[in-house]
Amino acid sequence: MPASTDIAAQGLSARAVGCERGGRALFESIDLAVSPGAALFLVGPNGSGKTTLLRALAGLTEPAAGEVRWNGRDAALRSAVWRMQLTYAGHKPGHKDELSVAENLELACDLDGGQVGAAERAQALQRVGLARRAALQVKRLSQGQKQRLTLARLSLSRRKLWLLDEPTAALDSDARVLLGDILRAHLARGGVALVATHDRIDLPAGQTAELRLGGA
Amino acid sequence: MRWLYRYASPATFYPVAGALAPWFFVAAALLGAAGLYIGLIAAPTDFQQGDAYRIIYIHVPAAWMSMFIYVVMAAYGVLFLSLNTRLSAMMMSALAPTGAMFTFLALWTGALWGRPTWGAYWVWDARLTSELILLFLYLGFMALQAAIEDPRRADRAAALLAIVGVVNVPIIYFSVQWWNTLHQGASVSLTASPKMARIMLTGMLIMSLAAWLYAIGASLLRVRAIILEREAGAEWLQGHVDGKAR
Amino acid sequence: MSEAGAWAGFAWGLRRDLKLSARSSAEVLVVLGFFLIVATLFPLSVGPDPRILHRIGAGIIWVCAALACLLSLHRMFTLDYVDGSLEQMLLGHMPFPSIVAGKIGAHWLTTGCPLIVCAPLVGVQFGLSFGEIGVLLVTLLLGTPVLSLIGGIMAALTLGLRGGGALLALLLLPLYIPLLVFGVGAVEAYAAGLGMEGHLSVLGAELILALVGSPLATAAAVRTAID
Repeated sequence: MPASTDIAAQGLSARAVGCERGGRALFESIDLAVSPGAALFLVGPNGSGKTTLLRALAGLTEPAAGEVRWNGRDAALRSAVWRMQLTYAGHKPGHKDELSVAENLELACDLDGGQVGAAERAQALQRVGLARRAALQVKRLSQGQKQRLTLARLSLSRRKLWLLDEPTAALDSDARVLLGDILRAHLARGGVALVATHDRIDLPAGQTAELRLGGA
Repeated sequence: MRWLYRYASPATFYPVAGALAPWFFVAAALLGAAGLYIGLIAAPTDFQQGDAYRIIYIHVPAAWMSMFIYVVMAAYGVLFLSLNTRLSAMMMSALAPTGAMFTFLALWTGALWGRPTWGAYWVWDARLTSELILLFLYLGFMALQAAIEDPRRADRAAALLAIVGVVNVPIIYFSVQWWNTLHQGASVSLTASPKMARIMLTGMLIMSLAAWLYAIGASLLRVRAIILEREAGAEWLQGHVDGKAR
Repeated sequence: MSEAGAWAGFAWGLRRDLKLSARSSAEVLVVLGFFLIVATLFPLSVGPDPRILHRIGAGIIWVCAALACLLSLHRMFTLDYVDGSLEQMLLGHMPFPSIVAGKIGAHWLTTGCPLIVCAPLVGVQFGLSFGEIGVLLVTLLLGTPVLSLIGGIMAALTLGLRGGGALLALLLLPLYIPLLVFGVGAVEAYAAGLGMEGHLSVLGAELILALVGSPLATAAAVRTAID
């Protein structure tokens, strides 16, 4: 189902967004609208621009054209106000290999600014199954465990807009269920999520839509 | 302001630059010939330095241009970063090789002049040393731009570098002056005294004007090349290229 | 949720990078070793004549400090760029330039500070008097933060580029010249019995200028590199 093109009053909407990479147009004229409590899945072949679209919405790269609105107002993509609305989890998780799991989570929570206490962090690690590895250096973790650390960070984030790039990569089936739970809780709080993925994530019907990028 | 934005579009500027460049070159050549005539033939021989001094008609304009062009580049950098006009970044890049060329020319003529004056091709004179450092700044600017593939990042990084550089140029210049007086190095000044004959001054000013016009003409041609490279595939450009081919 | 203050960002960046440096303390020692070995090369290449060594001592120490700083600058951003940390910092709730300022501060504490501690040792080797060493330390104290501050801008501009190391040297070393001139000049002025306030004032002015300008320019350059 293509995303609706009319500008929603609430939530995230974008009109005619286009992005370039190295002087070549990756995509042109993308429209999307996601209301609070809903998730939009970005699907499409490799190189269709899913990552670039997410990075553009995060204000990390500048779109060549288009307009993005948040709750009906122009979202100044490079402003402090905008960046404090969103959480971005990309291919590169931003963990430091030399620091422990707990230290990494603490740094991430400090950046998020959500005033999360040590007890809550420990609980989050418990939830993603890393409690017993809290003191371990991140470089000793497997790829899937590192991704679980990102899940712990997400579960503590109270920011309104989540931009997730392939969050299911390297996750086993248990962890995928967990990701679904965390996303559901986020949507239940009235959050918005854009998720670039090749996999299905189990979310309640009526709260999800799909946007296909790239031709064919 | 609107006219500014109109001419700041590469599509508008490309034909304008093409039409203007030859005129600047013609004017530069005419003025250059006049300046050289005054400098090499009409002006009298200096009673101290003989005919060797005549190199100032090249050396001084080149040194002026080398510093001036760097400032202009930084100004284009500020314009680009504040107004996001792509043409400013292109002009900035187009000016760099001309600036480096003038810097090199100033160094080379300075060395040639140094031989009869000081008895050595190179002395650590304050002005020559500053010129040498300026050459490094130009080379760094061009190397940074060449090292970055994405044109957008290249433009932004180069603009930032030019601005940081222009803040530092006076500090470097000042420090080299200080260093030079402290060590009492070569004390013969490369610029002639203010009491120099009016005809010498006239020749130098005319040569400077010629250098100006040449710099403008050369950067216009280069900016056209940059536009061709960057906008390859743009529709408006296709029209120009086809029009010429026909 | 409102944006956190600049001090919070500075403290966060400083603490984080210091913690990381503590985990890989070998790198700090390697830079220090580089500083000492390069300084040792000079007596071996120009000969052990005490007069010559005394004459060039302060200059050698300053050049070696600049080179050691250059060598260590890749540490400031490269790893954070590769593993995605910089993106998260850009999206954090603290002002990004303040985080960058904290990182630059951490770089100075782990590079400039150890160099200052080692400099008297090299000074003695070159036969500098205690007074001269004292002046040298003051100039290093004023000047090495500027090495890190200007270095941060250029490290960010060359972030992730092929051949970034050599390019960094080409961009950075010309900007270090005033520091060398006034840093060494102060020691020479002292040795000649002249006033050195002028030199120190210029170093101080450069420090203030760099403190104000560098975090903003560095943050802008990092943003450009991440785009």
